[in-house]
Amino acid sequence: MVTALKSAGSRQLKNSFARWLITLGGISVLLTLVLIFLYLLYVIKPVFDSTEITPSTGVEISSGTQVLSTGVDELKELAFTINRSGSIDFYQLVPSATRPLGTQVLSKQVTEPGVTLTQVVDSSHNNKLLLDSLGQVQLLTPSFTASYDDNSREINPAVRYPLGEEVIVVDEMQASLEKLAFAMDDERAVFVALTQDQRLIKTTLVAEDDFNYDPAHESVYQVIEEPVSAVDDILITPDLMMAFVRDGNRVLVFSLDDDYEVPLKAVITDTDNIDASLTTMALLSGGSSLLLGNNLGEISQWFEVATDNGRQFKKIRSFSLSEGESIAAIYTEQYRKSFYAMGRSGKLGAFYTTSDADLWQGKLTDAAPGAFAISPRADALVMTTATGADSQQLSLFSVENEHPEVTWQALWQEVWYEGYPEPDYIWQSTSGSDDFEAKFSLVPISFGTIKAALYAMLFAVPIALAAAIYTAYFMTPVLRTKVKPTIEMMEALPTVILGFLAGLWLAPIIENYLPAMALLLVMLPLATLLTALGWSALPKEWKSRIPETWAPMILIPVLCFTGYLAFALSPVMEAAFFGGDMRQFVTNDLGIDFDQRNALVVGIAMGFAVIPTIFSMAEDAIFSVPRHLTSGSLALGATQWQTLVKVVLLTASPGIFSAIMMGLGRAVGETMIVLMATGNTPILDWSIFQGMRTLAANIAVEMPESEVGSSHYRILFLAAFVLFVFTFVLNTLAEFIRQRLREKYSSL
Amino acid sequence: MKTWFKSGSPWVWLSAGGVSISLISVLGLLWLIASRGLSYFWPSDIYQFDMQDQAGNKSTVIGEIYDREFIPAEQLAHADITLAPGTTTVERLLVKTGNRELVSLDFRWLLVPQITETTTPEELVVIERRTNGNFYGFIEELILDGQLVPQSKLPELVSRVEHFQEQIDALQKVDIGAINYQLERLRLKERKHNLDKTLTAEVKADIHGQMATLKSEYQQLESKLLALREEIARDQLKVRAMDGQVVTINFEDILKVTFNNQLGLWDKTGVFFSQVAAFVVDEPREANTEGGVFPAIFGTVLMVLLMTVIVSPFGVVAAIYLHEYAGNNALTKILRIAVINLAGVPSIVYGVFGLGFFVYMVGGSLDQLFYPENLPSPTFGTPGVLWSAITLAILTLPVVIVSTEEGLSRIPAAMRHGSLALGATKVETLWRIILPIASPAIMTGIILAIARAAGEVAPLMLVGVVKMAPNLPLDGNFPFLHLDRKFMHLGFHIYDVGFQSPNVEAARPLVYATALLLVTIIVALNMTAVSIRNRLREKYRMLEH
Repeated sequence: MVTALKSAGSRQLKNSFARWLITLGGISVLLTLVLIFLYLLYVIKPVFDSTEITPSTGVEISSGTQVLSTGVDELKELAFTINRSGSIDFYQLVPSATRPLGTQVLSKQVTEPGVTLTQVVDSSHNNKLLLDSLGQVQLLTPSFTASYDDNSREINPAVRYPLGEEVIVVDEMQASLEKLAFAMDDERAVFVALTQDQRLIKTTLVAEDDFNYDPAHESVYQVIEEPVSAVDDILITPDLMMAFVRDGNRVLVFSLDDDYEVPLKAVITDTDNIDASLTTMALLSGGSSLLLGNNLGEISQWFEVATDNGRQFKKIRSFSLSEGESIAAIYTEQYRKSFYAMGRSGKLGAFYTTSDADLWQGKLTDAAPGAFAISPRADALVMTTATGADSQQLSLFSVENEHPEVTWQALWQEVWYEGYPEPDYIWQSTSGSDDFEAKFSLVPISFGTIKAALYAMLFAVPIALAAAIYTAYFMTPVLRTKVKPTIEMMEALPTVILGFLAGLWLAPIIENYLPAMALLLVMLPLATLLTALGWSALPKEWKSRIPETWAPMILIPVLCFTGYLAFALSPVMEAAFFGGDMRQFVTNDLGIDFDQRNALVVGIAMGFAVIPTIFSMAEDAIFSVPRHLTSGSLALGATQWQTLVKVVLLTASPGIFSAIMMGLGRAVGETMIVLMATGNTPILDWSIFQGMRTLAANIAVEMPESEVGSSHYRILFLAAFVLFVFTFVLNTLAEFIRQRLREKYSSL
Repeated sequence: MKTWFKSGSPWVWLSAGGVSISLISVLGLLWLIASRGLSYFWPSDIYQFDMQDQAGNKSTVIGEIYDREFIPAEQLAHADITLAPGTTTVERLLVKTGNRELVSLDFRWLLVPQITETTTPEELVVIERRTNGNFYGFIEELILDGQLVPQSKLPELVSRVEHFQEQIDALQKVDIGAINYQLERLRLKERKHNLDKTLTAEVKADIHGQMATLKSEYQQLESKLLALREEIARDQLKVRAMDGQVVTINFEDILKVTFNNQLGLWDKTGVFFSQVAAFVVDEPREANTEGGVFPAIFGTVLMVLLMTVIVSPFGVVAAIYLHEYAGNNALTKILRIAVINLAGVPSIVYGVFGLGFFVYMVGGSLDQLFYPENLPSPTFGTPGVLWSAITLAILTLPVVIVSTEEGLSRIPAAMRHGSLALGATKVETLWRIILPIASPAIMTGIILAIARAAGEVAPLMLVGVVKMAPNLPLDGNFPFLHLDRKFMHLGFHIYDVGFQSPNVEAARPLVYATALLLVTIIVALNMTAVSIRNRLREKYRMLEH
């Protein structure tokens, strides 16, 4: 007796354990869906995080003289300062095994004793151009190498001279220089300078071989014959094609690619803002955009735009630091289109040009700022401030700003990209060059998704609904059990096969037999009606032998023949109306672009994929309309068709609607067919003869190549999220309607 | 006429037209794939076309006819060809001429009016080769060990080469492959000891000793391989191509030599079936555009099996919960909406989720924990067959749930009541009574899930499929099943060969054949599932009455 009780207890235990386990299993379906939703959000979220700048570390420096320029290495372990006294000092920012925080790792005098520096010009690739009190010029690069021993890594500083250690002669008349700009590539180094005697000169150093490993060079001297009054700033683009010379409120643009003279290319003046006067200027990464700062706290971006009168500089957009505070300096990032603007009072603003984003504004310290620099990876800022009479502080601020190029506005609104004649919606995620301006507009690919889905629905809905109505309402049960599974079989066909047939078989056929497509649209319904008329004219006994319920079977050979006829007539039509080739006619005479893999092909192929979904669900909805409703209608004298339209379809309409929703959901998310049957070009065009790129195909194409964690990667996740939410809404709506309908039927 | 319209009959016929079009498209599609796919295996006749162009230049073209079409005469207006007056269309043939080392294009269009004579010489031969595709021509000489031998020895030579190739393959793939695999494992073992700081001198000496033995074994095998290669390289075949040029083909390149024009219907049927078999069991050649699809079949099957193991328990348990346990409340409604949504979410979204969550997050963490010696090269933190199986398991979960639940709902309530009345607990009723009866429905669900998974490509492109996998995920090296490896898949093979291969025209027949294989598998699976379900419905209907 005792054992029996025991076993009853263990059986109950088992029972409740199983109950618990099965419930968990059931809920896990919901959890999976929630997990997908949350994970997508988790990946997308950092894109919309706001920028944060926080103080990270600081060291006391004791050089005693003014710091002219500063900077850090890529890993932010060492900082350097270039001082008026002519020395360059390196400080440890991260304590290591042998060097505590703030150690002066290296200090090197780069000028002759007694000679001080007057100016340091920053150039690309961390090059620093030094101008000393004797008017001499030298170029140096603080460089960093990592050394490993045992388990620790140390960064060791050094000073390199890319153009040799000797002093560079910029002015052949040896006058001292007031203003100076510099840029170089592997073969040439170009200086544009204003001398003390107010000559504007251009000096080019041509490498004998390659500056990367041999500083030997020859100098070419030129004078710029353009009267200038007071030069405030000079800049040279990194591709050595243009120089910008700011002269009060004018910016003169000189073309530098001519070997014999330096012609004036354009003059930029900000006519919108007559009251304002320019205070500073800078070149955005890539060198195509010029940033101008004025005394009202505004920074404007300018670049060349193709107009009817050739290429002209235009003001594209402007940013505002703070009302009435004049802009002291603009610092640009090396690889991205971000920049920092510093006001006279030390207020700092971070901006991103493409996305028109005002990322961060505030004051880093209360002390007056000295030298300022952005770290090579743009994840930190260094700044020097005077803390006492001859003591200074060098502070490092860490910057959290991974995805400045993505804003809601940049994703969904028109953006004026560099070099484009006007604002536009563009998706172009990658390119060969480093300073490429990524164009992440989701509009063209969302548009493509909708276009593809609409063309597919246009094709699928009439056929699927017609077939569903006939199968559910008119067909004999025997035929129905055969026809329904056959059409539903199509749903099981892999879409990769439909896509492959569409791309490689259907697309060339449509291109060659374009008139046949138009003919089919007219001839198929016509042939059906003619057959119907012919059948109704048959004598009674024939009718009973071939009943109307066999209509689909009678129509199959008729429609096949009609199809054949349409294709046979196609060349005749082409010869008669379109000069022998309709495709040529469409492109040349009508001026419509024609892609071989176009919306028509996608519409047909994806239509086929969607037909079984819509057919199956709509058929179910119509078939399950209670019989007594139809019987009542028929008994009152309505014809079959009247009963169908007025009673059956009306009752089943929510079910039909939900079938179409499901079909739309499938068409929106379909990947392989669109991938294979379109050219995948992200364009905004409704034309039936042009292709498109959809969200799903875009993910399939670009996801394998995108760098994990990059803005591109996260935007692709955003595209997936958009798809997820869109289909979620469609499916939930459809299912909700179906549940309501089911309750309604059971109450009838 | 008016009454006819009023009766609604034309509308009824138009809706019937919808059924007809759907049926025509389904059956037409299947017929198209079947006919194109099967003709790939059928040994076609080889023709010799004697051509004469407008200027009177004569030429000979040898090859198989691939396609023929009629084009309007206007399109040839620029081609400087005089046609008989009144011709509106001209027939042209697409001919596969092969011989890729002689001409850059292995397909060319011939205009029928320019053909002076078409013959099918019996001595024409098709040589299937490892590189450069097919060769069409006439055999001139047969050289064995540098000596001329009579042409009747050809079959003997071909089988001799086949024998050697088999040995070479076994050596390369199995023996040398295993040694390389073991060497790599030893290297990683050493690295792991190094990372764990347990690399003592003994361990190191032991590992290096094993490595040295393996290396010497490797050298032995390699010299054996070289000897075999040398053996095989001595036999040659001299063939005359269509332009009279004589080409020497090494036997090591030759896979098969057939005289298509000498084959009767019976022989052709034999060749047809042997080609089908070769297609299924051979490895692909020449960037997947020739040869078989064995690795793709293997990859698909393995991935689908793994997926089945994962999806079946979850799907069945969820269905049991929904049907047997869940009350009629809001949670159940939400669960049902979740199931519908899982079925409706685009498959590419699952791919994105699988890549981010499984591959980078879960896989990346697994690598940190268990495979630090491999880093920075990832083990599980990269797309692979395991992640593909899990991703597709989520994708096919609703299929299993819906089908199982349907089966459960058809079991008469009397059975449950009977079991419970006899004192069985709910779980005992489920386990002993309900599940055995519902097992065919579960089976149906699993088969449908397999069919769905076998045809799905988009998510796999992100989580594990590749165009060419060097190793199968299952082989003779411990631990035999390599879940981290990438794999090939039939559906992706179609996409890749059809759209990414350098010579799409040449690859197209193979794509049709692969598509036929895939469609056959999927249609067969679906029909099995549907027939099981139908039989089940009949059975329950009888139980109810």
